[in-house]
Amino acid sequence: MMLAMRGIACLRGERLLFEGFDLVLEAGGALVVTGPNGVGKSSLLRIAAGLLRPAAGAVERPARVAWLGEQAALDGDRTLGEALGFWAKLDRAEGLEAAMEAMGVAHLARVPVRWLSTGQRRRAAIARTIAGAAPLWLLDEPSNGLDVEGIERLGHAMAAHRAKGGAVLAASHVPLPLDGARTHALA
Amino acid sequence: MILTLIRRDAARGLRAAGLPVAFFLIAATLFPFAVGPDAKLLAKTGGGMLWLAALLAALLPVERLVAPDAEAGILDQLAVRGFADEAVAAAKIAAHWLGFGPPLMLAALPGAALLGLDGATLLRLEAGLAIGTPALAALGFTVAALTAGLRGAGALAGLMLLPLAVPLLIFGAGAIQPDGASAMKLLAAVSLLFVTGASFAAGAALRAIRE
Repeated sequence: MMLAMRGIACLRGERLLFEGFDLVLEAGGALVVTGPNGVGKSSLLRIAAGLLRPAAGAVERPARVAWLGEQAALDGDRTLGEALGFWAKLDRAEGLEAAMEAMGVAHLARVPVRWLSTGQRRRAAIARTIAGAAPLWLLDEPSNGLDVEGIERLGHAMAAHRAKGGAVLAASHVPLPLDGARTHALA
Repeated sequence: MILTLIRRDAARGLRAAGLPVAFFLIAATLFPFAVGPDAKLLAKTGGGMLWLAALLAALLPVERLVAPDAEAGILDQLAVRGFADEAVAAAKIAAHWLGFGPPLMLAALPGAALLGLDGATLLRLEAGLAIGTPALAALGFTVAALTAGLRGAGALAGLMLLPLAVPLLIFGAGAIQPDGASAMKLLAAVSLLFVTGASFAAGAALRAIRE
């Protein structure tokens, strides 16, 4: 079992976004959380990642998870290779170059991050997720900013990750290229 | 792992070290214009004035210490990797000091020359800065973590940092005097307190940013 969330409730300020949320994700599994804006998709993912404490409930997650948030978390004044290299060093990741190749950003390694487009930064952030080789991927709107080819590459990356026994929990308001994924609609 | 983090932040800090150093030197240059060119008076008050300039220079980097990392999602990525917030705070304080303390101590050499401080006073000033700048860096980082993301964070940071830094100013300026050995010990005590306390206070503030 990769991720278990039991009886999760989420409070933002005085507002109760959701309660009694249960989820079990097995190795190789994938779940897409859908729903309209503001319903708490991102908060649910942040709770799963341990970035946000739930108002109630418990979360069991593996020791290492990969987080793909709204921001790319790359230093704008460094080159893409250096910015990703910093995280690869923290993750003790070996396959950074292969991951950059897989997302089609290997040729940008010497370009400063601040010159990259939103989609290119997104691809780079996904490359960090791949290289980190964590068993559980938590992806918040992973297709945001990606073009058709980028979404295709994201689909291949997620399929390869699941084939190796990894699990994916994603939040998205658009369909994602995830074969056989369960969906859960937050309302 | 922590060393990788310190190296990244220190490199960023050193690139931006020019601003506090330039401010410190300009303040030292302006002081004789304000009080007149009396060499005896300058030598007597110059050391304290340099401490005041160091204190104000510590305010300048505050806005770039935490807020940009919070906005860019860097703090989230560190938290997901299992770094304790206190460890992140301690690493960032150490890195901030590396980009702030030594450059300021170097700038104190021409600063002291501008104000005509003698060699023994300069030595005591440098020793005091070596002991006191870690505390200034720790205070600056804590205030940066507490004010990150707020409107008018820079002004608010000044209002929060300066009163807390009063003991550093008093003992730092006192330690410059020829009979300042006890002030130097008190400066070291205050500095130790701030540096150890700041990791926990700033760590809690980093946690609050995420909520």
